[in-house]
Amino acid sequence: MKIGFYPGCSLEGSSREYAESLRAIAPALGIELEELNEWSCCGASSAHALNHTLATALPARILAQAEHQHLEELLVPCAACYSRLISAKDALAKDTVLRKEVAASFTLPYTGATAVRNILDVLTQALTPAVTSKLPNTFSHKVACYYGCLLVRPPSITHESRYEDPTAMDDLMKKIGATPLAWGMKTECCGAALSITRTDMVGELCGRILEDAVARGAEAIIVACPMCHSNLDMRRAAIEEKTGKEFSIPILYITQAIGIALGVDPEQLGLQRHFVHVAVRGKAKG
Amino acid sequence: MSTLQHHNSTNTLASFVLDRTSVSVSRCYQCGKCSAGCPAATEMDLTPSVILRHLQREVPASDAAVLSSYTIWLCLSCQTCVARCPMEVDLPAVMDALRSESVRQKKVHPQAKDILAFHRSFLNTIERFGRLWEIGLIAEYKMRTWHLLQDVLVAPAMFLRGKLALLPERVKGRKDTRRIFDVTRSKEGHHS
Repeated sequence: MKIGFYPGCSLEGSSREYAESLRAIAPALGIELEELNEWSCCGASSAHALNHTLATALPARILAQAEHQHLEELLVPCAACYSRLISAKDALAKDTVLRKEVAASFTLPYTGATAVRNILDVLTQALTPAVTSKLPNTFSHKVACYYGCLLVRPPSITHESRYEDPTAMDDLMKKIGATPLAWGMKTECCGAALSITRTDMVGELCGRILEDAVARGAEAIIVACPMCHSNLDMRRAAIEEKTGKEFSIPILYITQAIGIALGVDPEQLGLQRHFVHVAVRGKAKG
Repeated sequence: MSTLQHHNSTNTLASFVLDRTSVSVSRCYQCGKCSAGCPAATEMDLTPSVILRHLQREVPASDAAVLSSYTIWLCLSCQTCVARCPMEVDLPAVMDALRSESVRQKKVHPQAKDILAFHRSFLNTIERFGRLWEIGLIAEYKMRTWHLLQDVLVAPAMFLRGKLALLPERVKGRKDTRRIFDVTRSKEGHHS
């Protein structure tokens, strides 16, 4: 499948291994990524925290650019960008005044024609039996699938029916030979954008997530959001301060776990970029 | 309407919220589910359901309490409350509207100054470059807050792992981004 690709800022910086691993696994999954030209920031938490019009116009410009590039679908791997794009689309469909204001702020026309897709949705479509039957490795580990907030909520916009207990990532993990665990923190918040301003709160919230995953016997936590990843991986000092415990459990992007099953070189998947050492590896099928 | 009515209801914060977000705070019947599930509630000065109760009162003292609360800045927009609300009150949207009004009325809670400084630094960075540039963001945030030593150990570790770019990427689309900032600036004041 050929699909438009909006990396978003994190995937070029602090979460570049998410983009690297996605690009590394795409060919084997039959995904051809066409990167959006001249893409700009979606505005993230800060835009919607202060200015609703700005927070709608920035994603709208991205979607207009996608239309201009004749992209019928746009894959947005960052859960936060994904949320901003689908929220803006929803707001523009409902609010004609806002639509006029937004249309006046950039030159390209916006019609809302481009479909916005998240990573779980695209991977579910791509990981067909034909692909999984040919995987060289199994990712035979017990994993805690962590969805966080914005892939599933608000359900009025994501249309996720199982927003308290989603299963899409668990199903993907089963397909690569992993054992997804039942646990209690699948959709709890990691503290997201307060990482810099209230690191202590992030330590508390992430501590609860790690504690539960470890208590259930997880060998890794699987994520699909750059903010979840950086908080759970890079904020270990704050987590240890809050919990009084040390944690060695690694946090993997779903694209990295699938890459391991595909036999992609760990360096190409960016595993060396993590703060917490990733010891989990695939087991050759045989 | 009685002439003894305590307040002109078109001037209240509840009517502002209704106008900005289409959320009618009167729908809330105070079940408290939002506060029970809020991951930031223990850090808040007013819990989410208390914010809604204050808005329902439509009196100046309550409106002021809401706009000067720490709560509106701690809301993580995790969307748990609205997902669980039996009346589908879009509290995260309400929080967004309240923050911008709190800035406009200069009622920002003193403890929230850092959070506001972060948002401003973030927006200034993308206004300038079109995309986020982490080092620029952190530098501006530190200058605004004087938290000069914060994360001094994390940044070099990020750099060594290839997670920090020393120079910003200047995207072609940045002219569009600047224009979006210019045109939408009048809507809500993120610069003050």
